[in-house]
Amino acid sequence: MLLFAGGATLRHSAYSGLPIRSKDAAAMQYILRFLIAGAVVCLFAALGDALKPKSFAGLFSAAPSIALASLGLTALKHGKIFASVESRSMLIGAAAFCIYSLVCCRLMIRQRFRATPVAIIALVPWLVVALGGWTLVLRSWR
Amino acid sequence: MKVSLHLKELRKIKRSEYVVRFLFGGAVSVVAAILAERFGPAFGGLFLAFPAIFPASATLMEKHERQKKAQAGITATLRGRQSAALDAFGAALGCVGLAGFAVIVWKFLPRHGTGIVLFAGTITWLAFSVLGWSIRHKRRWLFRKS
Repeated sequence: MLLFAGGATLRHSAYSGLPIRSKDAAAMQYILRFLIAGAVVCLFAALGDALKPKSFAGLFSAAPSIALASLGLTALKHGKIFASVESRSMLIGAAAFCIYSLVCCRLMIRQRFRATPVAIIALVPWLVVALGGWTLVLRSWR
Repeated sequence: MKVSLHLKELRKIKRSEYVVRFLFGGAVSVVAAILAERFGPAFGGLFLAFPAIFPASATLMEKHERQKKAQAGITATLRGRQSAALDAFGAALGCVGLAGFAVIVWKFLPRHGTGIVLFAGTITWLAFSVLGWSIRHKRRWLFRKS
């Protein structure tokens, strides 16, 4: 049954129960994802700011903030298997994050570079490890 | 070394600094979702462990330490960088917890409720991270004694 002109695909929103266009539903999902992720990142960042010593506060820099905000919505939209495969890839992402943090630590202590350029430059090793892990391990892993 | 919570530290952080973190975190999440839809979950999942909190935290930490020293009349200081480096080292330890979170969600999500699995994953992340930090801290203490 077509309720909207143009023959757009209809589906029921999980939140309101009302039929809406699938494009609108996708846009709503992205907006919701954006808002939840932003809020979760701010929450963990605030916890990190308020905690001492700084090495302990650093644990909260590696909090699964993006994952917590995304996986629930992903499981709703694409199913639990899809979300589970994303979590498996997080293992490579976590290894890349560990290398990223150690590179940052070394550049700031040994080379005495400032935090902002270091945090940006170190994204290169993160990308290399993440993409390398994806190419070598995840692409062929079924 | 005792872990303590200093809520008054939150007052030093400007609203604009939280806005930057909010926008960055939200943007990374949306990019991860778009990549997962375009290239598959195995690729998109990598970005769930993207360093979304660290860059802003390290920059702010360095800036605040430098300001604190400048108020005390010290202009040339390494303190800010050292604090940011300690934060980075803590993040490296936190990655052990992040991997623990990933394993719990990967293995248990297909057969259990999403909410309970994400909660269990978060507890695992916290437990592994704190354990890693404690072991590292105790090891340093033992070596210093001997």
